[in-house]
Amino acid sequence: MKLPLSWLRDYVDVELPPAEFAKRVTDAIAEVEGWEVIGEQWDPELVRVAEVLAVDPHPNADRLVLATVNVGDGPKTVVCGAPNVAAGQKVAFATEGAMLIDGHSGKLSKLKLRAIRGVDSAGMVLSEKELGLSDDHEGIIELPGDCAIGAPLVEAIGDVVFDVSTWANRADLLGIHGFAREVAAVTDQPLREPDRSWSESERSAGDFVSVTIEAPDLCRRFTASIIEGIEMGPSPPWMQQRLIRAGMRPINNVVDVTNYVMLETGQPLHAFDYDLVRGAEIRPRRARPGEKLTTLDGIERDLDPDMLMICDGEGPVAVAGIMGGGNSEVSESTKTVLLEVANFHPGSIRRTSTQLRLRSEASLRFEKGIGPDLARYAQDRALHLLEQVAGGRPAAGLVDAFPTPLPSPRITLPAARIEQVLGIPIEASEVRRILIALGFDVTETAGAFEVTPPFWRPDVALPDDVVEELIRIHGYENLPTTVLRGALPEAQPRPLERVREHARSLAAGLGFQEVVSYTLTSGEILSRVVASDDADRAAPLAATNPVASQHTYLRTSLRGSLLSAYAANRHHEDAAMRFFEVGVEYLPTEADLPHERPVLCAVLGGQRLERWERPGPERLDFFDAKGAVESLLSDLGVEGAFAAEGHHAMLPGHSATVSVGDEAVGVVAQVHPDVAASFDIEEPVFLIELWFEPLTRAIPERPDYAPPSRYPEARRDLALLVPADTPASALLDVIRTHRARGVRITADVFDEYRGEGVPAGQKSLALAVRFRADDRTLSEKDVVRVEQGLLRRLEQDLGATLRV
Amino acid sequence: MLSPILVSPLVDSDRKPDTPSNPLEPQSRVAPCEHQTGKVKTSPALHRAFAFGEPLPSARLSRSPTYNFTQPMSTIEAEVDALRTEALEALTQADGEAGREAWRADWLGRKDGRLTLRLRALKDAPPESRAALGKSLNELKATLESELEARRESARADALASLSADAALDVTLPGRPQSLGRLHPVTQTMNDCIDAFAEMGFRVFEGPEVEWSRYNFDAVRIPDDHPARDMWDTIWIDTLIEGERQILLRTHTSPNQIRVMEQTEPPVRVIVPGKCYRQEATDATHEWMLTQIEGLAVDEGVRMSDLKGTLYAFARRLFGEDRRIIFHHSYFPFVEPGVEMAIDCFLCRADGSDCRTCHGTGWIEILGAGMVHPEIIENAGYDSSRYTGFAFGVGIERVAMLRWGIEDIRHFYQNDLRFLRQF
Ligand SMILES: [Zn+2]
Repeated sequence: MKLPLSWLRDYVDVELPPAEFAKRVTDAIAEVEGWEVIGEQWDPELVRVAEVLAVDPHPNADRLVLATVNVGDGPKTVVCGAPNVAAGQKVAFATEGAMLIDGHSGKLSKLKLRAIRGVDSAGMVLSEKELGLSDDHEGIIELPGDCAIGAPLVEAIGDVVFDVSTWANRADLLGIHGFAREVAAVTDQPLREPDRSWSESERSAGDFVSVTIEAPDLCRRFTASIIEGIEMGPSPPWMQQRLIRAGMRPINNVVDVTNYVMLETGQPLHAFDYDLVRGAEIRPRRARPGEKLTTLDGIERDLDPDMLMICDGEGPVAVAGIMGGGNSEVSESTKTVLLEVANFHPGSIRRTSTQLRLRSEASLRFEKGIGPDLARYAQDRALHLLEQVAGGRPAAGLVDAFPTPLPSPRITLPAARIEQVLGIPIEASEVRRILIALGFDVTETAGAFEVTPPFWRPDVALPDDVVEELIRIHGYENLPTTVLRGALPEAQPRPLERVREHARSLAAGLGFQEVVSYTLTSGEILSRVVASDDADRAAPLAATNPVASQHTYLRTSLRGSLLSAYAANRHHEDAAMRFFEVGVEYLPTEADLPHERPVLCAVLGGQRLERWERPGPERLDFFDAKGAVESLLSDLGVEGAFAAEGHHAMLPGHSATVSVGDEAVGVVAQVHPDVAASFDIEEPVFLIELWFEPLTRAIPERPDYAPPSRYPEARRDLALLVPADTPASALLDVIRTHRARGVRITADVFDEYRGEGVPAGQKSLALAVRFRADDRTLSEKDVVRVEQGLLRRLEQDLGATLRV
Repeated sequence: MLSPILVSPLVDSDRKPDTPSNPLEPQSRVAPCEHQTGKVKTSPALHRAFAFGEPLPSARLSRSPTYNFTQPMSTIEAEVDALRTEALEALTQADGEAGREAWRADWLGRKDGRLTLRLRALKDAPPESRAALGKSLNELKATLESELEARRESARADALASLSADAALDVTLPGRPQSLGRLHPVTQTMNDCIDAFAEMGFRVFEGPEVEWSRYNFDAVRIPDDHPARDMWDTIWIDTLIEGERQILLRTHTSPNQIRVMEQTEPPVRVIVPGKCYRQEATDATHEWMLTQIEGLAVDEGVRMSDLKGTLYAFARRLFGEDRRIIFHHSYFPFVEPGVEMAIDCFLCRADGSDCRTCHGTGWIEILGAGMVHPEIIENAGYDSSRYTGFAFGVGIERVAMLRWGIEDIRHFYQNDLRFLRQF
């Protein structure tokens, strides 16, 4: 909302500089987003108010005139090219040296006077553009008639216009008078009322029109007044100036008055041309099926029976509370005006304006909720102004349909509640001062305040609503900082989140960069990584109104996001890259919220960096990915088992399922080169996925512990020949489960070899085997015996032979 | 790790004669470097090991001497003098540590060192000269041992000097790259926020990102036809449940106020981190996917001053101990009273300049907060005359932008390494 300080000052004195005023308003009332100072560059000596005394033709130019002006020190002659200059006007007048906007270049420059077509000019009569008020350079600006001759222009029409953002429940703040009331309360100044007096003619409004509310649930009150003898024309300069500063375009005196009063009071009004209202009757009712109305903006609107219409004897003449119809619009020929000031159900106005996609200044106010009593107030003010600026003669009285006036709510605020909510008490005298300044009625009873909010504050309904009024005006700076007291709630165990966060920091520690991707993706990207027969993932949830089409689907896999990030970064990264993301897969469920399945997804690939920070010849491979998984699981206190298994979008033969105990907990694999290529990745890239739900189940609460052995272990390196398709894990499984004479055997693979010296169809695996007993130092003989037994077992189970 | 300087004597017995035994010849680039940096300390135990080293095989096979002990005293002295001269001369000629070791084996080897054999043969010497001869030979042995040690010490000192001078490193050359990952700046900031509130006893709770509209809106007092809905432009999910559009991407973490209170009894003290979504055009300060942390404390005796104290502690923890905060009036349908909190601008310190962050006001808006609306307390089944509470919501991206001076919110979810690796 635009809030011109000059207008605000009609109702409350404000002496604060703009920055201080803005801060006080923001602290207690509404957020000031900025302000514009009008007339900052107008030198008080050089730019002043003048009166045009006479206008004569220029002797040497048809399109120029000689204006005689008075700036308070005798007549001066000025050459002027404006078509609208006329005797009797108050104008803005500048003399040599004034800083003005150049009409042609648009830049601020110093006025230099020179003879124009042979006639000297004593100064310049200014347009809005030269004053920096608008781009209008066609004619001079005509000042309000009450400007004093010779006064500095900045004093006459200078201003500060604040840009204020108000609240969704406060229609009253969208009226400058309502805003002034708050300023008065905050600055402890008196509030002045606008003049609402008007004189009645003999005929009563009821003789002109009848009002019948047919939908009292949607139309709570409808007042109509009649103004005869309207002289249509432009509104006076002071009114136009205010409308412009408040952000509205002047139209004509009648429409301008309705807008002016709306800006002033927050109550929307609508003027009909009385002679176009058919049947001399007004019927607020629901639209009938198929009804249409062309609104003032020239658009034909399809109406539906949930919408409230203002109808005359024959049909709709306005969409209630939103916009009038073209069929009853005031125009140059209007003689009699029917002025509607009504009150509508806020939700209905909002629904209708949403449906019609038609937001107006009126609907923005109605939908926030306006007290019905404001209608009368606004009628009075508008009639006063119409009498003044449009020569109107109001008929006596109002036609007022107000089926069920609501009683004012009474709120009992226990004094103790103030301290209970805020932590500080507020003195009774301060409570009264604040509430009365805001227009509330307040009486004190034993230990409580009986509060009646004013009609313009339908948002105040509960004791705590009143507490807010008190503390914001009292000042939040008076609220101390204290520390929460009382017992702490019990901690709920959150094992999955603990594992997830642990994994997140481990992944970073293992050299993976965390990324966070948009969770809405495109169907096309998902289809590259999700199997079409994957029931959980192939039919993702879609957004009805995505911000962009590539963000339509809630991802059912993180793989596409990671591969996209990999590909995008490959454009500027030469060497190996490792990324991971922790997120959820949104898996649709029947008639419920989706299952948000937490996963960690990582991708890696590229050439390892050399000492000299250049990519070396060696690429990351499957075992880098697997090693990362092993480290991660190991730090989580478990050991993973890796079984060759194909996965969608992964390269067969280079893909494994990771499991812990009985739970499959993830995937490690090379991304299928075709899939990688679909992301424009032309190098081997590897993927890790860990599923936190089964992983959390598989992690023991405490890791196994055994004290370090006091006895040394014996190590033997063995090279074993096995069929080429025997996985190393098969050997390790046999070794791990082999039991002999209380000797523990553990083993690691440290080499795999095929080629010269190894028969075709076989491979050689080098194992470091360690033997240890818990109760003794093993003798050479013990070790040899156990080793022999182990070798026999390996040969029986797997056909493994010692390579010699 | 030990440097080869100290390791080599210990492995004497396994070493082939042609193994480079000069400890000062750099065998790898690592060892001298470590040595230079003073990581490796000489230990007395390792020095002693020299004396017990096995002789080299070559020395073992070289001779089988016999001695005549019947000479007179002067002859004995002359012979010992000759031995000394020969031995010391040979030591001067000994080249490198290998040469010194061969010399040691030759003269002092335990099995067949020349001096060792002479000492062993003492028992065959005539009793009248045995004592004098023994004394001389033992003196000679001590001399040879100390000379050897002196030689070794000086060689080591020379080598160290050369390592420090001739083999000095260009320390400005690049280090060997290590693989380093980082947490996303939003994660880092979130973790710091969680830590700050956890210190004040807040527990973490999480709720779904895809949410019922009744939780996201109706339950927090934002009915369908209320203009407050304009504060949250919503991305809806295109799935009808019972013929109605009922699910959406949560626009804020506030529905979790309801979820928490439904599940627990007071006292409640939780924070709820998570992603939120807005149907919004993006620009430098607006992003459609964002990360929030919601706070909620409900109990008997929870006051708005506690809210201020809690947020004050948070602000100082995140933005510096000298931060100040202010509340100003605001409106959120689910709190009453409602405020926004601002911190004093730590960038311009309100010097009145054209500060991009605070726009010259000296204050930076950080978060929205307020006292939980009594209707929400009642709807949770708590008695609102007894229980009060506060709630707040922090935008994590905003906090991160302020901390690091990030100028455009759209950087966060582009996943560009050039951005991410700066945090
Ligand atoms: Zn600043």
